[in-house]
Amino acid sequence: MTNLMACPNCDTLHRRTVLPPRETARCVRCHSVLYRSPDLRLSRVLALTLTCLIVFAIANAFPIVEIEVQGIYTETTLVGAAWALYREGMWLVALLVFATTVLFPLSQLLALIHLITPLALGRRPYAVFHVMRAIEFCRPWGMIEVFMLGVLVSLVKLSAMASVLPGIALWAFGALTMLLATVLSYDLRNLWIVIDRTPDPAVQALQAAKRNAAANGLTDEPPAAPPGASTHGPGTASR
Amino acid sequence: MKYLSAKAAGLVACHVCGRLSREVRTVEKARCPRCGAVLHQRKVDSLTRTWALLIAAAILYIPANVLPMMQTRSLLGNSSDTIMSGVIYFWTSGEYDLAIVVFTASILVPMLKLIALSLLCVTAQRGTRWKPHQRTRLYHMVEFIGRWSMLDVFVVALMVALVNIQSLAVIQAGPGIVAFGSVVVLTMLASMQFDPRLIWDQIRDDDTEQDDHD
Repeated sequence: MTNLMACPNCDTLHRRTVLPPRETARCVRCHSVLYRSPDLRLSRVLALTLTCLIVFAIANAFPIVEIEVQGIYTETTLVGAAWALYREGMWLVALLVFATTVLFPLSQLLALIHLITPLALGRRPYAVFHVMRAIEFCRPWGMIEVFMLGVLVSLVKLSAMASVLPGIALWAFGALTMLLATVLSYDLRNLWIVIDRTPDPAVQALQAAKRNAAANGLTDEPPAAPPGASTHGPGTASR
Repeated sequence: MKYLSAKAAGLVACHVCGRLSREVRTVEKARCPRCGAVLHQRKVDSLTRTWALLIAAAILYIPANVLPMMQTRSLLGNSSDTIMSGVIYFWTSGEYDLAIVVFTASILVPMLKLIALSLLCVTAQRGTRWKPHQRTRLYHMVEFIGRWSMLDVFVVALMVALVNIQSLAVIQAGPGIVAFGSVVVLTMLASMQFDPRLIWDQIRDDDTEQDDHD
């Protein structure tokens, strides 16, 4: 049953096959994307994610734009923009801006690093299922690329009333937009393939117990156990 | 039967890891044997939740467009900008491309999202077999473009932070921005609650054949 999968859009059952590199499997019925050929070069994904994190730090540490009106300069960072809203009592909107541009992208990057580093080393990450779920949750709420467009719109708006000097962070944001797009295009469901292959100490102990039970004449439990049964992981046997 | 759905085969796909499990009806919640997520055949109360969020968003769409997003106080006097007046400002000052970008992101996209999601909900509720491919594509589009409406919120945030030169000019966020931000978040939540599989549950194989030909 593990090489069967259901289309997330129309629930049609498919048999998962091995795809040639850079190819996409589509649903025969509704034509939406089922899965892409897994890129299992984890160190490459890890390197990209780390680069993202560094650029992210630069983008947040330096001012995005500086404006000058009659000799008076003001500048703002990303957090500064959220803070300005907060000071005005718009804490809800401030929270929204902070969450979509800092909190969610950052937690997504950190969660990816948390997952991929041990997996690249052949170990199972801590709390792997919770972290996978957290990444899925964060994904639609990270809006760095929308923010980038917002910066450009405000630049034009401001240029009517002041002289605008783009800051270091503006270029960092530009780079970050492209890097994040590359990192996030990685199909996370492929990680399950790696996770399934990576032994979990708890599951290994369970399987050793099962092997003992089988040796004593009891039947080995198939991987397709009914849900709710007390099997905790996929185990290596399910591949 | 040409296409077998997981539901018809008595299987449930885990919404976190995608693993298929046999459907069992128990009093307690069934959980995915791989990742431990609670299993659901379809998203729970999908249509009810989508409708609720959608109606809330539609109500807030009015203050979002009527109330000012931004209030400017300067030596030349006070002025307040709604979304539309911002678009008109760009258009009259000759920035046609920006006027179009802001108009699309802040007015057109939220409105089209409300209409598209209502259409999807109505058709799913009535169990129509009308153009399932196009409706699935529409759903994907709604999911994809939803985030871009945040544009105006970011613009206001940056303007407020930058233009704060006490003696010359101050820009403050207007009450419209709270309504507008809520519209964006609510429509995003609504599209997440909608289950696209509901579109396909009513489709028989011969319908799909027909649909493929036109």
